[in-house]
Amino acid sequence: MGFFLETFFGGLMAGMLYSLIALGFVLIFKASGVFNFAQGAMVLFAALAMARFAEWVPHWLGTDSKLLANGIAFVLAMACMVAVAWLIERLCLSKLVNQEPIALLMATLGITYFLDGFGQMLFGSDIYKIDVGLPKDPMFLFEQTFPGGVLISQEDLAAAVIAAALVAVLALFFQKTSTGRALRAVADDHQAAQSIGIPLSRIWVIVWSVAGFAALVAGIIWGSKLGVQFSLSQVALKALPVVILGGLTSVPGAIIGGLIIGVGEKLSEVYLGPSLGGGIEIWFAYVMALLFLLFRPQGLFGEKIIDRV
Amino acid sequence: MLYRENGQFKTSYRADQQIFPIRQDRVVIVAFLALAFVVIPGLASEYMLRAILVPFLILSLAAIGLNILVGYCGQISLGTGAFMAIGAYAAYNFNVRIEGMPLLLSLVMGGVCSTAVGVLFGIPSLRIKGLYLAVATLAAQFFTDWAFLRIKWFTNDSSSGSVNVSGLQILGWHIDTPADKYLFCLGLVCVCALMAKNLVRGHIGREWMAMRDMDVAAAVIGIRPVYAKLSAFAVSSFFVGIAGALWGFVHLGSWEPAAFSIDRSFQLLFMVIIGGLGSIMGSFFGAAFIIVLPIVLDNLPYWFGIPVDTALASHLTNMVFGALIVFFLVVEPHGLARLWSTAKEKLRLWPFPH
Amino acid sequence: MLKFKPLASAALLVASGLAALATAPAAFAQAKEQFFPVLVYRTGAYAPNGVPFANGYVDYLKLVNAKGGINGVKISFEECETGYATDKGVECYERLKGKGATVFQPLSTGITFALTEKAPIDKIPLITAGYGRSESADGGVFKWNFPLAGTYWVAADVLVQNIGQKEGGLDKLKGKKIALVYHDSPYGKEPIPLLTERSKQLGFELQLLPVTAPGVEQKSTWLQVRQNKPDYVLLWGWGVMNSTALKEAQATGYPREKMYGVWWSGAEPDVKDVGEGAKGYNALAMQHGAGRSKVHTEVLKLVHEKGQGTGPAEEVGTVLYTRGLMSAMLGVEGVKRAQERYGKGKVMTGEQVRWGLENLALDQAKLDALGFAGVMRPISTSCADHMGANWARVHTWSGKAWQFSSDWIEADAQILKPMVKAAADKYAAEKKLTRRTPEDCQS
Repeated sequence: MGFFLETFFGGLMAGMLYSLIALGFVLIFKASGVFNFAQGAMVLFAALAMARFAEWVPHWLGTDSKLLANGIAFVLAMACMVAVAWLIERLCLSKLVNQEPIALLMATLGITYFLDGFGQMLFGSDIYKIDVGLPKDPMFLFEQTFPGGVLISQEDLAAAVIAAALVAVLALFFQKTSTGRALRAVADDHQAAQSIGIPLSRIWVIVWSVAGFAALVAGIIWGSKLGVQFSLSQVALKALPVVILGGLTSVPGAIIGGLIIGVGEKLSEVYLGPSLGGGIEIWFAYVMALLFLLFRPQGLFGEKIIDRV
Repeated sequence: MLYRENGQFKTSYRADQQIFPIRQDRVVIVAFLALAFVVIPGLASEYMLRAILVPFLILSLAAIGLNILVGYCGQISLGTGAFMAIGAYAAYNFNVRIEGMPLLLSLVMGGVCSTAVGVLFGIPSLRIKGLYLAVATLAAQFFTDWAFLRIKWFTNDSSSGSVNVSGLQILGWHIDTPADKYLFCLGLVCVCALMAKNLVRGHIGREWMAMRDMDVAAAVIGIRPVYAKLSAFAVSSFFVGIAGALWGFVHLGSWEPAAFSIDRSFQLLFMVIIGGLGSIMGSFFGAAFIIVLPIVLDNLPYWFGIPVDTALASHLTNMVFGALIVFFLVVEPHGLARLWSTAKEKLRLWPFPH
Repeated sequence: MLKFKPLASAALLVASGLAALATAPAAFAQAKEQFFPVLVYRTGAYAPNGVPFANGYVDYLKLVNAKGGINGVKISFEECETGYATDKGVECYERLKGKGATVFQPLSTGITFALTEKAPIDKIPLITAGYGRSESADGGVFKWNFPLAGTYWVAADVLVQNIGQKEGGLDKLKGKKIALVYHDSPYGKEPIPLLTERSKQLGFELQLLPVTAPGVEQKSTWLQVRQNKPDYVLLWGWGVMNSTALKEAQATGYPREKMYGVWWSGAEPDVKDVGEGAKGYNALAMQHGAGRSKVHTEVLKLVHEKGQGTGPAEEVGTVLYTRGLMSAMLGVEGVKRAQERYGKGKVMTGEQVRWGLENLALDQAKLDALGFAGVMRPISTSCADHMGANWARVHTWSGKAWQFSSDWIEADAQILKPMVKAAADKYAAEKKLTRRTPEDCQS
């Protein structure tokens, strides 16, 4: 029983980590209707920027303070993401405004290749370290009730808390600020928003920057866990089932979907995996999402697609 | 001036409905086929044949299959690599387990197995649409990745999970040299392309296009969505399966599941989009673009004599590749096939401006 | 309206590229230069491990040139980026083989499998030092493959023996649990037959835990390790999978001292990040460990100080760098041996180098002269044995550096020989090959 709880909590926390990445997808789809396949590359780019700046800043400034280095690196990395967002909006999105969704999808795939090469060219292909002080050692709870205790990874727990905080901040941003209102207006109807004077291209830059911010936070957390390296962009593939399960347009859907997928994945790997030879995690997540979709074709909380004939 | 239909009167429906109704087109096609079958094997270098033309042919067949699904029927699929893998492993199993199995029959059976699985994974398309379907097809991709690594029966109990095929021959013609392999692939691709073109010109192709444009309206006028969508998945998987079998048998010789990973699926989708959705010709253009471009970019520094660190060259290749994809999408979202047909339109009027 | 200008220029670029590709002459290796193709991966998920190996390999070739070449024959080389992908590796092979390639060393088990089919036809030997197919040690079937200095079965066996030594004897392993956390690919699956054989023989329970490539997601694997509580965990990873495994082991509290990695999971990129968290982690050292010896000093003096170093000077002496040096050395020695039979001071063909590699006799004196004293043990190959040596050591990470923690251990030939022969026979039966005759062995 103790082990079941361990796996369950581990799954919940892994799910929150996936949600961090899924948030980026949802944000961009909600506001600009583009399914951003480049989110994984953005996470990697942001993480690389953060890791390398954190390494270089002490040399430039001659300080030794980790906090200062990390803080400045964060600001610089965020600046990079805003620049990337601006460039993407300028060079791709504004020119592909009325195209079919698949063309936009392909454009984001092209951006993925570009960012992969660009990031590695600027920052290098080695494994880099991000150290924001997340604790690495495990925590054992309920040692009296269960033999060996229930293992909770402190790092994952911290990450889950940060993810929840990020969602709260984003929710506040969307509901309470005027920019947030403008974003929701654009998501609802581009033309109506334009007709009341909301500058569309500026809004898109803001959305992609916010998604860049989410990517940076996700990159820092995942980078601290796994080390910043090329495979980080593959983690986005694990976040896709979360996005479609929760619904492409729903932020709470990203969280709930993340929790469901995380738990389902870990439980299946640990309990079902051994009888099937192991390694079933990744396709199980997709099959689970697929099964959910058969009942709710737009995901749990997604908007229903209304076809006009 | 050159590309006029003056004097070409059709006297039967059959003549009017042929694939190339204009005589100039027919002449060019015949000349091109003569070039492809006769001139190229004689003149092209071994590297050109083995590393460029054979992959180009095989992947254009796969792109034709994917184009049928995505371009003609409008079902976005990201699991093409999986169907290629199924075709390859199924053909391998038929080849290895049945003594004296003819090569062509193994390839076709590979396609048939891929069809069966394709229909199975196509069933969700009856309920799920658009981008949700795209991500759902990734389930097929990852499942087959896992299945071919784990289920030993598929790889003939090979301890490493890697399989190999050799000694290809048809009725005594041993397919050993690069020229042989090229001709074999060329023949198969021509036959399959003709099949595909006729399918999309026929009533089933029109059903697919109706489903793509407005599936509710299509259902209203009596086109059965089940039949149309599943047949699209079936036909598409058949061609993709044969392409996968060719990729493993002829191009690689020895392969592991990673040869058909998600990168392959993305690559094929690129080919279809850049080449032109809903166009058989476009599949060829797209395949040529995607295969030749990285090789050209990789070698560009060497030809200009600039010594470039291989890592930097590789990064630049990725960047230019990504940038060119976006560029093409911006400039011509309907793909290279649209460019081609526009060029032909202009040629009809040339040298007059209008 | 269609924008013709940019489109036309793009079309022109692609067309000119195609034309150039079609007519690019296969650059003829200068008659007096031995051409070494260098397949590397400096980008992608496995780059952190591929880069030091590539730097070591190229540095050694430059060193040989600086010392006057192979009996006067200079070496020319060209790098080709494979990104650890099989189809790119095949494309690099096709492009470089026409330049008079001496020997190919793909550094990827996947590419090795593909090239094993092509190399015999093109008559170019393949050196797969420490990787590739374990059964290719049998030169009677695999005429053109040379898994010099060790295969995965040797690695697995040495690990089992080392664990047995720790326990106080191989018989003490009865009833113990050993888990194998492996990269889910042909590379990771290689040790399974040997471990299964040993587990039957010695009575320990073997648990297999595959990790989907590239190995960033290992949480459930290590939760299972925590549940099953194996006495030892063997790690068979590559690239980012290694450091992730160590981090997850730390996060689930599995003692790193009980972890043993193969020689591709025991290098600085794998543990540097984890630092103190990986303290006590053991890994196989193929022959060499970390640290500098005479050959490194020579490289620093003759190559790096002249500004010709391929990578940073601090990298010289790291585990993977030295492995690259060693692999290049084996290739060069193969050429040297071939020259002894076919003409000193001449450029050797692939077939001649194959003979050279099959008749390597690197005794300790020769190795010392080359500067590899203390780095390697003698290697001598023959027609039946393309591996040449089956010794390895274990080194442990102290938190800052790798330190040897065992003596030289020899893999048990009693177990290995029949397995290798059986697997090679199975391959021969599948491909309808016949074993080489003794006359062929002499040629």
